[in-house]
Amino acid sequence: MSDVLFFLAAIAAIIGAVGVVAARNPFYAVLALVCHLVSLAALFLLLRAEFVAAAQVVVYAGAVMVLYVFVVAYVGGAEEIRSGNTMRILGPLFAAAVAIELCIALLGSALSGINSQGAPYKLGFGTPAQIGKLFLTDYLFAFEVASLLLLVAAIGAIVLARRRRGLEDDDGSIARVIGERRPSYTGTMAEGAGTRQVYQAIEASRGGGGSFEVGGAEPTERAPAVTASEDAEPPAAVAAGEGEEAGA
Amino acid sequence: MTLGWYLAVSAIIFSIGVGGVLVRRNPLVILLCLELMLNAGNLALVTFARMHGGEGGQIFALIVMVVAACEVTVGLGMIVAISRRNLPVDVDELHELNG
Repeated sequence: MSDVLFFLAAIAAIIGAVGVVAARNPFYAVLALVCHLVSLAALFLLLRAEFVAAAQVVVYAGAVMVLYVFVVAYVGGAEEIRSGNTMRILGPLFAAAVAIELCIALLGSALSGINSQGAPYKLGFGTPAQIGKLFLTDYLFAFEVASLLLLVAAIGAIVLARRRRGLEDDDGSIARVIGERRPSYTGTMAEGAGTRQVYQAIEASRGGGGSFEVGGAEPTERAPAVTASEDAEPPAAVAAGEGEEAGA
Repeated sequence: MTLGWYLAVSAIIFSIGVGGVLVRRNPLVILLCLELMLNAGNLALVTFARMHGGEGGQIFALIVMVVAACEVTVGLGMIVAISRRNLPVDVDELHELNG
């Protein structure tokens, strides 16, 4: 039974790998890699690596491949110009040489475990509990370094792929934005709270409270803001002056 | 199934990845072929862990997965930046550092 499973999974993995290399459309290459990864997870299960198999399916075939699919959809599956003749001939030849060399090196080695079924099974080998215990005891440093590496990679990807502002709008745009006229309550708690009572209190304290209609015919939220921006000429000028000072 | 078969499958997958990196010119597909090679290494590591009877090889395979995820993240970020600048997504055309 395990022999049948091994051959099924191995053949699926190799077909998936060939599909990754041979597919013209990058989208189909990604799908072939998903097939390859899932069958590789089956091989891991046959080797009694339960946690590695689960991580393979969840992390690799799930998360990383979704990232690939998004980037393929963003970049677009442009038809690839085939590489030059020398590489098309030399590449597979070199790959075949590597395969033969690796098989000789692995199978011809004097490892005593090559022709065995592996070490005798002990209870709990490869289970999440065992892996987690090892990660938090013997391999704690590798675990912490891995978390730091993931953080650095995430920040690096954000920095690399962010939308850069070009040189076309560097005509003092920050000073222009700061110098614009704003309602007098900009930057205060009232802006965040957004209640009419706070606006009215502020405007009343500045002497312009008569312009609001408390409980008027149109109790919309927009009306006070518009009135405030029209009425608040002197405070807005003060705010603009402050903004220029801050900008300078 | 003796463990030599697993190692043979791992060697075959690794060499398919090597051939893909050499033949293809789309950086996305080259990243996918790098994934193939890393996964072949993972299979060999897990096989050796089974051979030896300890979980150290499986821990190593998990760390390789982490490193592969980081590599994919940074590589895909670079590909997105390349396509945003309307440069050709082709490793033979990207030779600006060539002088």
